[in-house]
Amino acid sequence: MSYIIEGSTGPWEIVVGLEVHCQVVSNSKLFSGASTKFGNEANSNVSLVDAAMPGMLPVINEECVRQAVKTGLGLKAQINKESVFSRKNYFYADLPQGYQISQFDKPIVGKGTIILDMPDGTTKSVGIERLHLEQDAGKSMHDQDPKYSHIDLNRSGVALMEIVSDPDIRTPEEAGAYLTKLRAIVRYLGTCDGNMNEGSMRCDANVSVRRPGEPFGTRCEIKNVNSIRFVMQAIEIEAKRQVEVLESGGEIIQQTRLFDQRLGETRAMRSKEMAHDYRYFPDPDLLPLVFDDAFVAEIEKTLPELPDEKKARFINENGLSAYDAGVLVAEKEKADYYEIVAKGRDGKLAANWVITNLFGALNKAEVGIADSPVTAENLGKLIDLISNDTISGRIAKDVFEIMIETGEDPEKIVEEKGLKQITDTGAIEAAIDEVIAANPDKVQEIRDGKDRMLGWFVGQVMKSTGGKANPGMVNKMLRDKILG
Amino acid sequence: MTDLTKLTLAEARDGLAKGDYTSVELTEAHLKSMEAHRNLNAYITETPDKAIEMAKASDAKRAKGDAGNMEGLPIAVKDLFCTEGVQTTAASHILEGFKPEYESTVTSKLFDNGAVMLGKANLDEFAMGSANTSSYYGNVINPWKGKDGKDLVPGGSSGGSAAAVAGGMALAATGTDTGGSIRQPASYCGIVGLKPTYGRCSRWGVVAFASSLDQAGPMTKTVRDAAIMLGSMAGHDAKDSTSAPMAVPDFEAALTGDIRGMKIGIPKEYRVEGMPEEITKLWDNGVAMLRDAGAEVVDVTLPHTKYALGTYYIVAPAEASSNLARYDGLRYGQRVMDEGDSLDDMYSKSRAAGFGKEVQRRIMIGTYVLSAGYYDAYYNKALKVRRRIYEDFANAFGTVDTILAPTAPSAAFAIGENEDDPVKMYLNDVFTVPASLAGLPGLSLPAGLSSEGLPLGLQLIGKPFDEETVLRVGGVLESAANFTAKPFGQEG
Repeated sequence: MSYIIEGSTGPWEIVVGLEVHCQVVSNSKLFSGASTKFGNEANSNVSLVDAAMPGMLPVINEECVRQAVKTGLGLKAQINKESVFSRKNYFYADLPQGYQISQFDKPIVGKGTIILDMPDGTTKSVGIERLHLEQDAGKSMHDQDPKYSHIDLNRSGVALMEIVSDPDIRTPEEAGAYLTKLRAIVRYLGTCDGNMNEGSMRCDANVSVRRPGEPFGTRCEIKNVNSIRFVMQAIEIEAKRQVEVLESGGEIIQQTRLFDQRLGETRAMRSKEMAHDYRYFPDPDLLPLVFDDAFVAEIEKTLPELPDEKKARFINENGLSAYDAGVLVAEKEKADYYEIVAKGRDGKLAANWVITNLFGALNKAEVGIADSPVTAENLGKLIDLISNDTISGRIAKDVFEIMIETGEDPEKIVEEKGLKQITDTGAIEAAIDEVIAANPDKVQEIRDGKDRMLGWFVGQVMKSTGGKANPGMVNKMLRDKILG
Repeated sequence: MTDLTKLTLAEARDGLAKGDYTSVELTEAHLKSMEAHRNLNAYITETPDKAIEMAKASDAKRAKGDAGNMEGLPIAVKDLFCTEGVQTTAASHILEGFKPEYESTVTSKLFDNGAVMLGKANLDEFAMGSANTSSYYGNVINPWKGKDGKDLVPGGSSGGSAAAVAGGMALAATGTDTGGSIRQPASYCGIVGLKPTYGRCSRWGVVAFASSLDQAGPMTKTVRDAAIMLGSMAGHDAKDSTSAPMAVPDFEAALTGDIRGMKIGIPKEYRVEGMPEEITKLWDNGVAMLRDAGAEVVDVTLPHTKYALGTYYIVAPAEASSNLARYDGLRYGQRVMDEGDSLDDMYSKSRAAGFGKEVQRRIMIGTYVLSAGYYDAYYNKALKVRRRIYEDFANAFGTVDTILAPTAPSAAFAIGENEDDPVKMYLNDVFTVPASLAGLPGLSLPAGLSSEGLPLGLQLIGKPFDEETVLRVGGVLESAANFTAKPFGQEG
C-alpha cells in the first residue's frame, strides 16, 4: 500500500520511525522499593532514592529486568546479556537526581521485528532498533497555585521501556498499525498495560519526507502524542508541512515539535525546551547489568501465545480468513472471548457471531469486550441453539438483541418467549394448508411455472408461525404440496 | 588516672573490658578534649548529649555481657556520612541544617557494634580538597606545628577526622577516600589511615563525591586500631550495588608480625622529579625495615603512573558534576530565590550561593569533560587510561604481595600555601590517586619526621580485597618505625 503526498512539484513519500515509552508492569520502581500504584495521593509513592536524598543509591529491580527481557523475546529481538545503565543529565524540577538513569549505547534488547496487520488483511514487517530500560520523571503541576509549580514524585523512578523502531513506516496507517500491534504484544505479555490515555504508553514520532527512492530527508520529532489516532493525524499533518516547506524552497530544520490536536498543527518547541547536552556517561552507582542464558530461558518458558502465533492458529485450525483472525487477535481479551465461543463449535460460525454481531453491538454501545453484557458462554449457547435447530438464524438475531440488553441466558430467553422453532410437521402442515387455501390464485401461478413465488409462500407461513417454523421444513413441505 | 584521650582504640577496648573505666568516662574525657581544642575546628557539629547517651547505653549493654567489637569507644564521624537526626553538611553551605532521616550503613554498623559518636568531623567541601581549606565551616588546623609555629593544614579531605584523632579529640574516626582523602591527611597528622578496597564498605548514606572512587575507611592511632575498626565498617550491603558480596575476615588476626618471605614491590615511577630528599630517605628507610623483617624487596614498574593524576581529575569531577546535580535548592538544604524568579534562576542562585569555589570548579570541569564533542577526548580516554593503571597494578601483583611508596610528596604545609594554583594543590594526591583509580586498598602510617619535625607517612598498596596483607606488613613497619612523636601539647 503506497501513500504518496502529491505536491505541486511531484510526489513525496513519508518516512516514519516511532519511539514508544511503555511503563513496565511491576510492583515497585526500577531502582527503589517504592510502589508504582497509579492514582495514589501525590508524593506518597516516594522513597529516599526517588527523592534523591544525599547518599542514596539505586538498586536494580530484577522484576523490571525480567519484564524487559520478556518484551524483547515477544519482539523476536536480540537479548543483550550485558547492558549498561547511563546517566542522562539535565536539570528539571520533576527530576530530583538531576539525571535520569537510562541506557545509552548498550541497551538490554537489540534488533527485533514487529509484523503489522493492515486493515486490508496484508502484513508488513517493521524493524525494532532497540529496547532499553529507564526511569520515568515525576510530574510537574502548574495549576495548583498562582505562584508556584507543584511536583508529584509518585512517578519518579517508575520503570519505562523505550522501544525504538527502524524508520520503516511509510504511512500514517502503518504507524497506527504499529502502535496497535505493539500495544497488543505488551498486553499479551503483561509487561505494560498499554493505556495511552493514562500515559502508561506514550509515543514520539520521527517524521521526514523524501522523493520516492531518494535518501532519507531531515526529520522532525513530534513529542508525546497520547493516542493512536493523534499519532496518525500528527504524522499526516507534519508530513504535509514538510512538503510545503520544501516545495516553497525552504529547508527542514531538525527539531522537536509538539502536536496540537485542537489546532491540527505541529509547532516547534521553544529552543530552551530542547537545548540539552545530556552528557551521558555510565552510571558509576550501578554495575553493568549481566545475566546468563538460563535467566533468559526461564523467562522464555513463561511467554504466552502471542498475536502472530494465535492468528496463524486461527487461520490454520479454525479456517478463518486472515482479516478475521487479525481482528480477533488484536486484543487478547477478544481472542480469549472468541476461543471460548469457538470451543467445540464451528470456528467460522463463531467468528462471524463474535466479529459481526458482538463487536458490532459493542462498538455501537461503546463498550469494551471486558464489559460485554453477553458472556462468551452465552454466545456459545446461542450458536448451539441454531446448530441444533432449536431456533432459526433469524430468531437467533432477535434473541441476541435481548441478550445484549439483558445479558440473559439465551436458553432462558427462548424458553420464556416461546421462540422455539416449530419442527412438528403437523403444525407446519396446518399452517401451510391455511395459506394455500387462502391463496388459490397464487398456487396456480406457481404451478404454471412461476417457481419464484414459492418464496412468498414461505414468508407467509413464517409470518403466521411468528417466525418460529423451521424454514427448511417449510420450504420442503410447500414444494411437495404445491408442486409434488 | 591515665589521660584517656591518649589511649589507642585497642587499649581503650581492653580497659573497658577490664572495667578500668566506663564508656561514659572515656567519652567525657574526649568531649573535654574537644572543648579544649575547638580552635583546631576539627568538628563541624559536636554531639555531646548524644555521645553521653550512647555511652550510657553502651555501659548498660556491657553490664549485660553484650559487648560489640567497638563497644563504648568514642569516635568522630566525618560529616560526609549521613547520621539520623544529626545535621549532615558535607562541609557545604548548601546542606546547612540538613538532618537526614536515615543512618548511613557504615555508621549503623559502627553503632551496632557499640561505637559512640562524639560529633561530625570537618572536611573539605563535598570531600573535594587536599588541605581542608574548602570547608564552608572554616579551615581545620593541624595539631602539629612546624618550627615556625605557623598553623598547618591537616590535609584533606578527611582533615577534621585526622586532626581529631591526632589531637586526642577522638579515639578514632571514619574517613572517606576518593583520591587520597584518608591517607594524605593521615600522613600529615601522623596517624594511620586505611582506604579499603573499593566495594569493601558500603557507600549507602555517604554523600557522594565520585561514586566509582569513594570508599569509607578507618582513621586511627595504630595499625591494630585500623584493623579493629575496619572489621566493624566493612561488609556487603544490598543497598549499594557496588558493594562486594564478600565475607569480612578477622582483620586483627592478620597482624601476625611475620612477613618473612613476603615480596614487597617498589614502583620506580613513584620516584618523581623534584621529590624532597627527606621523602626519598623515608621511603628507603621503610624498604630497609621490611627487608630486615625478612621480606624480599623487588622493583616493580607501574608505567602509567604519570597519567594517573590527569585521569583522576577527569573521572572524579565528571562523576561529581552529575552527583551534585541533586543539590538544587528544591527538596532540602539551602534555597536562594527572589520574587518572580524562574526555576532556572532558583537553580543558579541556590547553587552559586551554596557551593564554594573548589566545588564549582570541579562541577565545571566535570561538565566540560562530559559534554558533546569533548567526551571522547577526555572522559572516554580517561576510562581507558584508568583501565591501564589497573592493569599495571595487576601485573605488579603477579610478583609481589604489596607495594610500598610514600603517601604524599611533602609534610603538612602552612594554611594558605598552594591556594594560588589548583594544580599545585592537586599534586598532593600524586601518590594516592593511582590506587584509588585501581580500587585497591591503601594504608598510610607514620614512619618518620621531616626536618621541620612534622610527620611523614608511608603507604602500602595491596591486592583487591587483601587488606589483611596490607595490615600485616603495616603492623611490622609500624613496629620498626617506632613512631612515638606527638603533636604539640600531646606529648607524654
